[in-house]
Amino acid sequence: MQTIDMANTPLRDLNATLQAQAEATNQTAWEIVNPKGSHAIAVGLDAEIEVTVKGSTGYYCGGMNKLATINVHGSVGPGVAENMMSGTVIIDGDASQYAGATGHGGTLIIKGNASSRCGISMKGIDIIVHGNVGHMSAFMAQSGNLVVCGDAGDALGDSIYEARLFVRGSVKSLGADCIEKDMRPEHIALLTDLLERGGCDAKPEEFKRYGSARQLYNFNIDNAY
Amino acid sequence: MKDDHTSAPRTVPIQSATFSNPVNAEIRRAAATGIYDIRGGGAKRKVPHFDDLLFLGASISRYPLEGYREACDTSVTLGTRYAKNPIKLDIPITIAGMSFGALSGAAKEALGRGATLAGTSTTTGDGGMTPEERGHSKTLVYQYLPSRYGMNPDDLRRADAIEVVVGQGAKPGGGGMLLGQKITDRVANMRNLPKGIDQRSACRHPDWTGPDDLEIKILELREITGWKVPIYIKVGGARPYFDTTLAVKAGADVVVLDGMQGGTAATQDVFIENVGMPTLACIREAVRALEDLGMHREVQLIVSGGIRTGADVAKCMALGADAVSIGTAALIALGDNDPKWEAEYQKLGTTAGAYDDWHEGNDPAGISTQNPDLASRLDPVEGGRRLRNYLKVMTLEAQTIARACGKNKLHNLEPEDLCALTMEAAAMAKVPLAGTDWWPGKPGTTF
Amino acid sequence: MCGIVGLFLKDRSLEPQLGSLLTDMLITMTDRGPDSAGIAIYGEENANISKLTVQSDTPDQAFATLEADLGTALGSPVHLRRKDTHAVLNIPRGQLIAARAALAALNPDIRVMSAGDTVEIYKEVGLPKEVAARFDLRAMSGTHGIGHTRMATESMVTTMGAHPFNTGPDQCLVHNGSLSNHNRLRRKLQREGIHIETENDTEVGAAYLTWRMQNGATLGEALKSSLNDLDGFFTFLVGTKDGFGVVRDPIACKPAVMAETDQYVAFGSEYRALVNLPGIEQARVWEPEPATVYFWSHADTSTPTEKAA
Repeated sequence: MQTIDMANTPLRDLNATLQAQAEATNQTAWEIVNPKGSHAIAVGLDAEIEVTVKGSTGYYCGGMNKLATINVHGSVGPGVAENMMSGTVIIDGDASQYAGATGHGGTLIIKGNASSRCGISMKGIDIIVHGNVGHMSAFMAQSGNLVVCGDAGDALGDSIYEARLFVRGSVKSLGADCIEKDMRPEHIALLTDLLERGGCDAKPEEFKRYGSARQLYNFNIDNAY
Repeated sequence: MKDDHTSAPRTVPIQSATFSNPVNAEIRRAAATGIYDIRGGGAKRKVPHFDDLLFLGASISRYPLEGYREACDTSVTLGTRYAKNPIKLDIPITIAGMSFGALSGAAKEALGRGATLAGTSTTTGDGGMTPEERGHSKTLVYQYLPSRYGMNPDDLRRADAIEVVVGQGAKPGGGGMLLGQKITDRVANMRNLPKGIDQRSACRHPDWTGPDDLEIKILELREITGWKVPIYIKVGGARPYFDTTLAVKAGADVVVLDGMQGGTAATQDVFIENVGMPTLACIREAVRALEDLGMHREVQLIVSGGIRTGADVAKCMALGADAVSIGTAALIALGDNDPKWEAEYQKLGTTAGAYDDWHEGNDPAGISTQNPDLASRLDPVEGGRRLRNYLKVMTLEAQTIARACGKNKLHNLEPEDLCALTMEAAAMAKVPLAGTDWWPGKPGTTF
Repeated sequence: MCGIVGLFLKDRSLEPQLGSLLTDMLITMTDRGPDSAGIAIYGEENANISKLTVQSDTPDQAFATLEADLGTALGSPVHLRRKDTHAVLNIPRGQLIAARAALAALNPDIRVMSAGDTVEIYKEVGLPKEVAARFDLRAMSGTHGIGHTRMATESMVTTMGAHPFNTGPDQCLVHNGSLSNHNRLRRKLQREGIHIETENDTEVGAAYLTWRMQNGATLGEALKSSLNDLDGFFTFLVGTKDGFGVVRDPIACKPAVMAETDQYVAFGSEYRALVNLPGIEQARVWEPEPATVYFWSHADTSTPTEKAA
């Protein structure tokens, strides 16, 4: 285990060190201490390393991650794992707004609650939230899966494309063009896998599925407002 | 007197200037279809422009340089503020961001070839980076857009600069719209969307709002790219003083300022024609912001929107820009709207020079299309040669003017080398009306 | 576009540290707002006095005889305590309005930063670190306070453009965001007789609250109606004699983080601002909901939250 102390290591050195780890590195376990809400921690990683952040972070922790596993023992600020390509980001605490924004792949697990716009414009990422998500979550979500074990806030899935949303609790309101859909066996199977990967102790049958009504897909004056 | 109704003079029919035939046709079209007009290109209405400015050449009080003989430097370095590897260009004319999707792969390749031959950069667009353009562009600027279509860290690190697009001149405050018919398998795949559906590009970035957040976003982008490449901020010309100030405060290396004549692949006509300021009116305000911050020439200013000739280039330099960017003009150089396709333009209900339905994908010139048959009409090698020629001509034109004004560097042109033909241009460019020492708004004077 | 911080103490033993805690929070938000900084601190109440915090660009001359002159004008003793470009005037309770009138007559160039029984507002152009040092903010004690670091968007970087803005006796406002309808609203409020000094959007937000309250609204009601009458993006933090309140616009893009423990309630534009608070690791940390008015009051230290209409 390599430890990087942010109390005496500049952010640039921290990221340069982690980014320099090639896929074949034998230094696979890294620990970051004293993050104190700093921004852009462990961004742009591109190797199968495991990074543990001991504390809470600011904006864009794990941004554009590829391959790496990043575990934050704390809460994260806006845009955690934004535009992630692959790998896994696990947040033990809460996530601020825009969690997993535009993520193209990989898995984001939030063990606490996620704030507004969780999964905004997601493009293939899987996001599993143990708690609740805030308003406008999965706004313009294109593809991938958002699993919410708690409740969803206002305007869930507004202007959604082909992402799949699974919510166990209540949904305060659905956004434009987002509707409840049938849970077919293939969705149960998919959700079973997602819940297992997310370490969630929840039964797939307790969830409802939401997705696009596909009424906004081609411009129509009656859909505009 | 005989009352002769048949031979008495009559009022001739008068068309309303307000309700003109084109206006009425639009009303009827909207009433029939329930859809607003979406089109490509920039503002078509006449606005005060560089044509309304003239250079004051040298004669006895100043001495000109010999054309073709005495050197006139046109090179420019962009991104000197923070980037380890600033962009060095031979000419201050860059190719603006245009998306693969809006343009064919061959058109993107042609842009890369032409720019590289001319010693300048080209820019990706909404939809990601293609191998065609990366492979053929020596210097490639990667746009970071609100939609993040095709956005990935590998391409980000392959880029020579990053351009964070906050807005563009055709639609400051708005997003784009690519209609479903243009969304082929390849485009859909690059954008993670189903084939054939309309693609609405967001007007705001999904994970930051405002300059305080932008500063943090720039930090993230620099951390991912190791502080190596310059970060540009592109804004539409609307509030250029404030937007330039805030882009600099947020940490930009370069500000790209796009006036209302700047093109787009597709947005509402009402947006293109009614939102934003003419390019001419934006430059001095942006330069004033840079000067107030002590950052003029430290943070570089790239101006775009309606640049057509070397004279336009020289005028932008004189008003304080470090470089210009061309989009529409580059497409025309490749063959867009060429009269040789007139018969096909007629079939589409338009005419060469007026064709702007770039979003529909039926471009007879094979540029703004994803149809392989049409796209094959553009030879990327020949296109590249044409673009290179055009860029070289513009550069020579700009040098000619600069030499005539006694400059051995294009960037040494000043506002004082200009006069204005109209009150409007004088006010917007803050240069004297020709033959006077005055412009509307000149400090210490009254209108 | 800015950084906001706020700290409301439940545990009286922390009161001597209020200035120091708030100053650290403020300085952490420098990146969000390097242009100017300001702080409002609510100190211990003295039943016999009210306070005016005033500012002058030429404090040596302006404050030289102000104590005596104002005392003479009011016919009662006034105490002046100078801090750099600012001075706090202790006025006999009940004479605030008379004192402001007298001050305007004595020297119209002296600006009133705050008026009330317990509030003092200090703000100046410059980095938060420098502003805090000029006013020795660290040494201040109090029950609660709010602070602001500014990145000016569309108005000038001046002392009067800095936050907090005083909205009424013992009330003030700081803002992060950008209001999009402040120009017409400014003209309307000016027609209504509300004094607005700058082109700043936040001052219009503050004047709006003042105007609503002058017309009988409570602060909570004024904040609720602001959700309808103000357009654009905003997170407001308001200070009152008893505590502070938070409201975000319905879109709620501008960041806001809150933390609560048995000892305090804290607000920051970023979590970073909160990391050095005692016991933060065990705090309940959350983000305020959009279009929702929150209040914390020393009169009632539970956490009432009220959904706006």
